[in-house]
Amino acid sequence: MLYREAGDFKVSYQADQQTFPIRFDRLFFWALLAAAYFVVPFFINDYWANAVLLPFLIYGVASIGLNILTGYCGQVSLGSGGFMAVGAYTCYKMMTAFPDLNLAFCILAGGVTTAIVGIMFGLPSLRIKGFYLAVVTLAAQFFLVWMFNKVPWFYNYSATGMISSPERTMFGYAITGPNATPAATYLFCLTFLVVLAFLGRNLTRGSVGRKWMAIRDMDIAAEIIGVNPLMAKITAFGVSSFYVGVAGAMIFSVYLGAVEVTEAFGIQKSFLLLFMIIIGGLGSILGSLVGAAFMVLMPVLLKNIMVGSFGWAIDIAAHFEFIIIGGLIVFFLIVEPHGLAQLWRIIKEKMRLWPFPH
Amino acid sequence: MVEFLYGIEVVINGLMAGVMYSLVALGFVLIFKASGIFNYAQGVMALFAAMTLVGVQEGQVPFAHLINSVFGTQYHHFGWHINAFVAIAVAALVMLLFAYLVERYILKHLVNQEPIILFMATIGLAYFMEGFGDLMWGSNIKTLDVGIPQGGNFWIEEKTAFLGGEDFYGFYLDTLDIYATVIAIILVSTLVLFSQYTKTGRALRAVADDHQAALSVGISLRRIWVIVWSIAGIVALVAGIMWGSKSGVQFSLSLIALKALPVLMLGGFTSIPGAIIGGLIIGIGEKLFEFLIGAPFLGGATENWFAYMLALLFLVFRPQGLFGEKIIERV
Amino acid sequence: MTVSQDAAVQETITPDGRTIGGVLMEMRNITLRFGGVVAIEDISFDIRQGEIRAIIGPNGAGKSSMLNVINGFYHPQDGEVWYKGAIRGPMRPHQIAAQGIARTFQNIALFHGMSTLDNIMTGRLTHMKTGMLSQSVWFGRAQREETENRAFAERIIDFLEIQSIRKTPVGRLPYGLQKRVELGRALAAEPSLLLLDEPMAGMNVEEKEDMSRFILDVNDEFGTTIALIEHDMGVVMDLADRVVVMDYGRKIGDGSPEEVRNNKAVIDAYLGVSSD
Repeated sequence: MLYREAGDFKVSYQADQQTFPIRFDRLFFWALLAAAYFVVPFFINDYWANAVLLPFLIYGVASIGLNILTGYCGQVSLGSGGFMAVGAYTCYKMMTAFPDLNLAFCILAGGVTTAIVGIMFGLPSLRIKGFYLAVVTLAAQFFLVWMFNKVPWFYNYSATGMISSPERTMFGYAITGPNATPAATYLFCLTFLVVLAFLGRNLTRGSVGRKWMAIRDMDIAAEIIGVNPLMAKITAFGVSSFYVGVAGAMIFSVYLGAVEVTEAFGIQKSFLLLFMIIIGGLGSILGSLVGAAFMVLMPVLLKNIMVGSFGWAIDIAAHFEFIIIGGLIVFFLIVEPHGLAQLWRIIKEKMRLWPFPH
Repeated sequence: MVEFLYGIEVVINGLMAGVMYSLVALGFVLIFKASGIFNYAQGVMALFAAMTLVGVQEGQVPFAHLINSVFGTQYHHFGWHINAFVAIAVAALVMLLFAYLVERYILKHLVNQEPIILFMATIGLAYFMEGFGDLMWGSNIKTLDVGIPQGGNFWIEEKTAFLGGEDFYGFYLDTLDIYATVIAIILVSTLVLFSQYTKTGRALRAVADDHQAALSVGISLRRIWVIVWSIAGIVALVAGIMWGSKSGVQFSLSLIALKALPVLMLGGFTSIPGAIIGGLIIGIGEKLFEFLIGAPFLGGATENWFAYMLALLFLVFRPQGLFGEKIIERV
Repeated sequence: MTVSQDAAVQETITPDGRTIGGVLMEMRNITLRFGGVVAIEDISFDIRQGEIRAIIGPNGAGKSSMLNVINGFYHPQDGEVWYKGAIRGPMRPHQIAAQGIARTFQNIALFHGMSTLDNIMTGRLTHMKTGMLSQSVWFGRAQREETENRAFAERIIDFLEIQSIRKTPVGRLPYGLQKRVELGRALAAEPSLLLLDEPMAGMNVEEKEDMSRFILDVNDEFGTTIALIEHDMGVVMDLADRVVVMDYGRKIGDGSPEEVRNNKAVIDAYLGVSSD
């Protein structure tokens, strides 16, 4: 009875198309956003920022990107790690080449470069489908990591091969480097996520989103009814890689500060993003965020419970993490391929009628 | 002249590396043929099989680390050593049990899903098995020794030394690789004979062609899948023994799965001879490329990505691989 | 039938008052081969503006392949396609769709990840022109275009009487309703030429009556030219203005339903000989 749609009639198509048709949802969303901006920064500390909030915000952006490509457009990519590296290294080169350039522009430049690279590696998708395409993206993953390791120009000929982020400020506050406060980094990443999620939501509910989904569901029929498959796939790769590149740039500059490419952007990151969108829900912006939250929180929770409360060895927690993740992937694929987002929608439907059964 | 002979040595070594790849690719082809699933977990299966083998052979207590952590005990070994052949038999039985469980709890529920969903399910399975295997036998590197001789083969070295004059010391080939090649040949021949001439083999080929039609002539899909995954499990065990003897039983074994993908791209996903030839081409190609171009001009370590680039080229010009079936789209 | 005096326009008026104009699409000497198999052999026929043209024939005759050629999905080895008075050069299917050709499929090719409304909206894609940048911002041009096209889709939903299922994922719909949604998607494109591949397949009598009514209404109200593949001879006789008969890739009959029904070759191949 609290959470209801009864009496809430839509009298215009615009109202019907909005993101949160139920008033309760809308209010909750704005309240959440307000809290995120005006409450959290006062309570945030280093641990929460680094262990939970920053990874969630940044991987949220990346998983929206991958979901656009894989969940909405049906093109499997196992190369997200490598693409994040492209974003990170572009950002690094921009930061070091143009010290006065605002950090946001460096990050956006990372996104644009990654979009171009993504389109290049996505061109084979015009002729190849399914996990044949996955192989192409795997090739991209390994090649890119190798390239950033081997070609010294990318890491400015430093001896260690690592890249590190020089200090940058915004509105007088340090965002990167050792002087950055958790609140500053948090707000910076939060703004990126909010803006990019907004844009992503609009793209996926508009005609380009429908083109992507048509290609995903039945590409031959889609072409026959007028969808240009080349443009649809290229835009999917482009937009998706932009998001992933931005996330990679943020991981490097704001989150980690210093990065070694194999460890930070290796194939395990590609799988991490894939798991986020499977568990969270393919083809759903909310699902991307839920999946990101889940995959960020779960290891933290596991460690706190198993090591903190039970006192077990730390590598046991790591093993259980694998077991649980693997099991959940299989579980979701069998039971609910649309992930937690779909489960949430079903719960909401029941809630709308509660306490009535139907 | 000596350079040329070293080149030949690189090629032969590449051939044998290729045989190792083929062993792993074989497992993939079997499962893909029978159920349309690309089993990403094949590599982890090889790792798990090898770990189980070592664990049984050395009398390890399963889940020792977990039990000790929870109960504060200090169990590690049962104290016995088991004969290599018995241990292999036990490991094989474990893989059969594994195949049965996978069919019962995963495959059965995913029958009508698209291939990409099945592929992602096997990724989930791979992660699960990795965590489970680590929990059961521990994640430290183990040496695997089932009695296969290793190390450079001096007989061949001696006999081929005459080829190159005084600066050439003869072909350096690892005995283990030679054994692996022989075993692989035996395995493939057995599989080909099995699929061509036995009733079950025929049933496997029927299922690979058309699930519905196979069902309609009374073939039990589920039984076939258990059989196929069992065979793949045995192949994984063999691959695990070979790779494990060579480089130790450790996590990187599971990454072999990723190497198998380019092999399959070249050979075709549904062809057993394709898996062999694809593996050989990749094996030779990798080593030759590194020898001729990678090490001198590109700073080395090109083996990480050469296979994929080669596969990419094939994808563009001949997506079905050398021996695979052409995919025709119908509306 | 009265024939207009102006030979160039070549209009005819059917007994029930509809106007059939000049030639809209013409297939000339189309030959289509797949490797060694000849799917279509030297077939020529035309489709006139405003008419309902049936394509009939036994299974495997090449009827769906002919539609695929019209859509540009298959490229004939020989022959020409003329559309709206001009020869059609090599074009991709999506460009052909933009020229005003829409289609339903024999085995229902709806987008199962989307609802009825979204599927019908995909039919509007050739008419929606806002760029991606505007779409990403949504408010403003993109929202306006979306709302306009939504209104148009709703008119189609009204026409086909499927309001109650507009938000249902199409995978959950019964077969008959799915076929109707697919028709809606094709209509949403405002096509000049509508291709229907066995629209009545698998339907019971009532559903066939409904679908026949829709087809006639589409032709009558919107003036859409329709080419349909159909096996039910009763439907063909009732709906079609002219019929093309195919068998083993060749044309064995072409004319009005009565002419075709009395054609010996057609009877032998397809309709069957009545026992005397």
